[in-house]
Amino acid sequence: MESFPEKHCGEGNDSMLSYEKHRGRLTVRLDGELDHDRVGPIRAELDALISDPKVKHLVLDMGGVSFMDSSAIGLVIGRYKALSRRGGRVSVARTAPRVDRIFEMAGLYSIIEKLA
Amino acid sequence: MRIKNEMRLDFPAAGKNESFARLVISAFILPLNPTLEELSDVKTAVSEAVTNAIVHGYGGEEGTVRLHATLYEDDTLRVDVIDAGRGIENIELARTPFFTTCDDDAERSGMGFTVMESFMDEVRVTSKIGRGTTVRLEKRLRACDAQDARRA
Repeated sequence: MESFPEKHCGEGNDSMLSYEKHRGRLTVRLDGELDHDRVGPIRAELDALISDPKVKHLVLDMGGVSFMDSSAIGLVIGRYKALSRRGGRVSVARTAPRVDRIFEMAGLYSIIEKLA
Repeated sequence: MRIKNEMRLDFPAAGKNESFARLVISAFILPLNPTLEELSDVKTAVSEAVTNAIVHGYGGEEGTVRLHATLYEDDTLRVDVIDAGRGIENIELARTPFFTTCDDDAERSGMGFTVMESFMDEVRVTSKIGRGTTVRLEKRLRACDAQDARRA
């Protein structure tokens, strides 16, 4: 079943993340307001998802993010560290100009790829 | 300078109040019809300051955060985010990009003050060890100038 994307959608509980696994790539959709309060539960869920050793590439789809502060920087860098320890990588996708501005302040795009 | 409007709000230092503080400051400046960018700038800076008060000021312990916003006649917004927490030992160091007192596990980027400085015209920090910290954020809401020009 590896070649077919495995899709999951959060229902009811807003801390459940929607994600899609396809081969070694895990795409997780982040939405709503990414602040310090919400980043904690998201981090726990992401870590549970990437604990699967088959995951080599984590893509954080930022398309649904309506607000973000610097808390998200730590979230991305933390996952980058975890995955790069085992030869994996992290990318972000569909970032709004505001999200880019905050990530650029931290020089994030020098270590993390930004997908179109 | 004459004050157009002013508000004070006290709330417990709890994570859920980060979004509440953003909603309140948005509501406070919305009558000025700010641009979306100005609104986001102010919300983001307030979010950073309130998060700092909760995470660093009180460090997970109980406490009260005060949001004191003043709008002046020239459409300058001043927001004081005040905590009565542990205080900052070295303000200059705290404002340095990537500096954080939290351990690695907390994954704090240390970019909070840098974000505040980027999005506001002025950021002033006063702090006393054991007494608390006040972060003063100021921004002139320029969209108001454009409106005045259109009216003239």
